[in-house]
Amino acid sequence: MIRFILARLVKAVVILLAILIFNFLLIHAAPGDPAAVMAGEAGATDEKFIADLRARFGLDQPFGVQLWLYVKSTVQLDLGFSYRQNMPVIDLIWDRLPATLLLTLTAFVIALVLGVTAGVLAASKQGTWWDSIISSMALLFYATPLFWVALMASLLFSVVLGWLPGYGYETIGANYTGFERALDIGKHLILPATTLGLFFMAVYMRMTRASMLEMSRLDFVKTARAKGLKNRVIQRRHVLRNALLPVITLAGLQAGQIVGGAVLTETVFAWPGIGRLLFEAISQRDYSVMLGVFFVSAAMVLLFNLITDVLYVLVDPRIRLT
Amino acid sequence: MMLDGFKRFARNRGAAIGLVILLFVILTAILGPLLYPDSPWKMVQRPFLPPFTMDGLPLGTDALGRDVMAGLVHGARISLLVGLVSTVVALLIGVPIGALAGYFGGFIDDALMRFTEFFQTIPSFALAIVLLAIFQPSLFYVILAIAIVSWPPVARLVRGEVLSLRSREYVEAAMLSGQGTLQIITRQILPNALPPIIVLASLMVATAILLESSLSFLGLGDPNVMSWGYMIGTARTVMRTAWWLSFIPGVAILLTVLAMNLIGEGLNDALNPRLSRKSR
Repeated sequence: MIRFILARLVKAVVILLAILIFNFLLIHAAPGDPAAVMAGEAGATDEKFIADLRARFGLDQPFGVQLWLYVKSTVQLDLGFSYRQNMPVIDLIWDRLPATLLLTLTAFVIALVLGVTAGVLAASKQGTWWDSIISSMALLFYATPLFWVALMASLLFSVVLGWLPGYGYETIGANYTGFERALDIGKHLILPATTLGLFFMAVYMRMTRASMLEMSRLDFVKTARAKGLKNRVIQRRHVLRNALLPVITLAGLQAGQIVGGAVLTETVFAWPGIGRLLFEAISQRDYSVMLGVFFVSAAMVLLFNLITDVLYVLVDPRIRLT
Repeated sequence: MMLDGFKRFARNRGAAIGLVILLFVILTAILGPLLYPDSPWKMVQRPFLPPFTMDGLPLGTDALGRDVMAGLVHGARISLLVGLVSTVVALLIGVPIGALAGYFGGFIDDALMRFTEFFQTIPSFALAIVLLAIFQPSLFYVILAIAIVSWPPVARLVRGEVLSLRSREYVEAAMLSGQGTLQIITRQILPNALPPIIVLASLMVATAILLESSLSFLGLGDPNVMSWGYMIGTARTVMRTAWWLSFIPGVAILLTVLAMNLIGEGLNDALNPRLSRKSR
């Protein structure tokens, strides 16, 4: 198990390095002077700032040296400086990362728990109106633009009904502490996390349903039934456990999409995470912030993948042996 | 076999509904410029005219007094165009990579699959945003960015299919008869891998339409074309007073994407009942 996780960690580091090289190539592929690109639109007018950048990243030196300097500074967690916000990019991201982690992890858990539950329900009642309703809902969520659902949900539950806050991370000026503050954040979290999770819920539901039905036809289930096990036990211990494996694989593959979806959700709900930071950076043409967020979000995806790997090991004992 | 598939597709109620919706959208896209020859950017009336209140403006006007119906009609063209072309480009990237990896195996397979895995791991939406922000947000780059983030599933699917087809006897016969590698891949193997590729492609069109609308919503679409995502993005700030301006284009996106998904599932049931959704 530990060796399995270690191997995955090594792979994650390799991918992160590849992303750094990719970022570097992107800066050079962009039209214009790389220093101006890194400085962003606001910083490009400052001669001294540009000259500093040139010296730091050795922009008058050979390509290989430039790449080495870029990778070296990023590995030391120097993601550049945002001239527009007058702050190092890493500090900007560090401030906003907890909010995004909270949002995406909550959405992920909501999607997985509700999706799998709905999928199990639909599969066990295959062909009934339960199945039809759940499957139709999944089809609908699967086709809905995330940002639009977010807008409509905030309109309905926040503006019209007034049930939940539809804006921000906590009530500004309330100065809650301890449990009250957690409760306040939790209230603010419900709408963004649910809307972000909706699409993925649909995906996991369909996968769980299909995979449960596929498993039910296999021989080992017949054996279990012949042994006289109760249907509930068969479903839970034999069918679901095996049916979950492809769902977890899919969840790992889609981690990137949840992180990407956070950009839209955070923009709509003014959630102060790195997704909103990315959105702000677009309108300000702040490239160091953009590339920094891109790098950190890729790292987040790798973290999600690691979590699903561990889940996989927990569900499938065969992996522990190898 | 194709005929059987066609019959199965026709019997599928969901696919039939999807087809009707899609035909309606296609018709709108084709006939739209005839019905609304004026630019959808043109001011036609006072702003914030609610739907169904004035003849000739069935869906009212937006915050700048532009005809919402005209925007919707012109947006249909962009959604379909971007969805289709970016899927074709993604196929052009993914099919060769998957075919080469599956056919040659070994080191080539390893290298190409690591490359594919890399693109599958990085957050695709964030990548599309960064690409469009660095290059100019024009229709060309929007299509390119969507294609770049959506080809990996194609490569994986094609690789799997080629891997299982290349050891078939008819392929070995073609090898023995002295046909070239390129000819074997394009004439013998790929035509037989077509059904699952068609299914995946139809679902990719749906995803591409969603991606395009999300990018335009964030203001990263081509500033010269009217699109559904852009309409929602500009209506966002006036959502409290004119909710229908963001509601209506969203329904258009939802229906189009739903139609594509229904058709994709119908094709899946019709063309290859054995293909599971694992490849996506």
